[in-house]
Amino acid sequence: MAHHAFTTPVTERQVRDLAVGDTVTLDGTLFGIRDATQIHLFDRGRTTRFDLRGHAVIHTAPNVRKVPPSAAHPTGYAPVCIGTTTSARMERFTGPLMRQYGVRLVIGKGGLGAASLDAFRAHGGAYLAIIGGTAALETTWIEAIEDVDLDDLNPESLWRFRIRGFGPLLVGMDSRGGSLYRDVDAAARAKRAEVLASLGVKAS
Amino acid sequence: MRVDVGQVEEAAKQLYIRALKLLPPDVKRGFDALARAETDATAQGILGVMVRNIAVAEATDNLLCQDTGIPIYNVTIGRGVEVDGVALKEAIRRGCERATREHPLRSSVVHPVTRRNEHTSCGRGVPVIHFDFSGAPDTLAIEMVPKGSGSENNSWLRMAIPAEGVAAIKAFVVDCVLDAGGKTCPPTIVGVGVGGTADLCVHLAKVAATRPLGSRCEDPEGAQLEAELTAAVNRLGVGPQGLGGDSTAFAVHVETAATHITMNPVAVNMQCHSARRARATFTPAGVEYGF
Repeated sequence: MAHHAFTTPVTERQVRDLAVGDTVTLDGTLFGIRDATQIHLFDRGRTTRFDLRGHAVIHTAPNVRKVPPSAAHPTGYAPVCIGTTTSARMERFTGPLMRQYGVRLVIGKGGLGAASLDAFRAHGGAYLAIIGGTAALETTWIEAIEDVDLDDLNPESLWRFRIRGFGPLLVGMDSRGGSLYRDVDAAARAKRAEVLASLGVKAS
Repeated sequence: MRVDVGQVEEAAKQLYIRALKLLPPDVKRGFDALARAETDATAQGILGVMVRNIAVAEATDNLLCQDTGIPIYNVTIGRGVEVDGVALKEAIRRGCERATREHPLRSSVVHPVTRRNEHTSCGRGVPVIHFDFSGAPDTLAIEMVPKGSGSENNSWLRMAIPAEGVAAIKAFVVDCVLDAGGKTCPPTIVGVGVGGTADLCVHLAKVAATRPLGSRCEDPEGAQLEAELTAAVNRLGVGPQGLGGDSTAFAVHVETAATHITMNPVAVNMQCHSARRARATFTPAGVEYGF
């Protein structure tokens, strides 16, 4: 259960060193990505001018305030509240994100499935769990919205955040086939018959 | 009592923002109760972060969660209240739009086919507005619930049959909690609708999921199910965020309605740990805000 402090972008070796149960804190750049962003990137043939190689993406769509563009707010957006959404809806995009764009780390809540775990193993990636629903805290780890692409999809644009001390995040899935979500799910399902029996119900 | 729709518009705006920032005291107590009983170290840590987030939101005057949800307004009209219903609905919609533009808030509402976002948190049939009546004299109450999608995406209806009995209801709830895993942002309030028609059953599940913690189903049969199911789902070990532990649900809440001789419907709707709601009560003395 090691702690890792990374500045993004990260190398394949750094990511392959991560094991489930480890914790990670990130500095540098973080990209915000969401359902519509990925539907447009992978189903509708759109592209981004951002270089995501070695980077971390977070499943998010932020609350922002429109402000006059300035050095502090070059995009004309100031952060209001930035949090994390349920990752499972975006399961089928993990592989393409890693293969086509070279993404190494996916930050989200609730976990991803078997296809993502295969992608983490094949390409060298990991899933970092943030505590969903704690956006007020998460917002304090974001220094600025540095850039934005595909902004016609707002709030599901592709956001580039500058982050500082982002975490600690828990390694929920690693590149060695480890997944806390799969293990917790299997253990819970193994208790199903016993729990139903406590309710006077025979498991079918 | 005559209701000023201008005040309703202002309240509809304030309620949305208030609900997104201040967690009700019953939910805070719910965290305390879970933390006292939690035996898993990771789960304890996660609950601690959730409680810290509540304090950070209050200290920084920020939203608890970035998901501004689908706005729901539950209006309860007491005796002797004079109000133009159409004007009241329009005022609530305007207040919802103003909260979104003026705070500003992320509009999480899109057209279901085109996916177009008007950036107003409004659209066809949204905000959702429910009306009910109470015996309270000269009182109009508006409850606001910003229903987050992580929990709402995990909603289920099963039209079980009488031959399957109450066992079908119990097994369905357990299986829904297993299928939800960490996707609903547990610990959750698991809302269960039992009986009614298909649509009433789902509505009851939502009413149950958004009821204050500590409240009980008025139907003793429903209250019995609540106690049994709360204990049962917390033995599964799903835990906060689906990462393991004892704290899978704050509670299972049940609402019941009579149903047809051939039917045995059960619905589940969940509320995430950011179990947000706010209330404004209009009386001749003025408007009072609470939960």
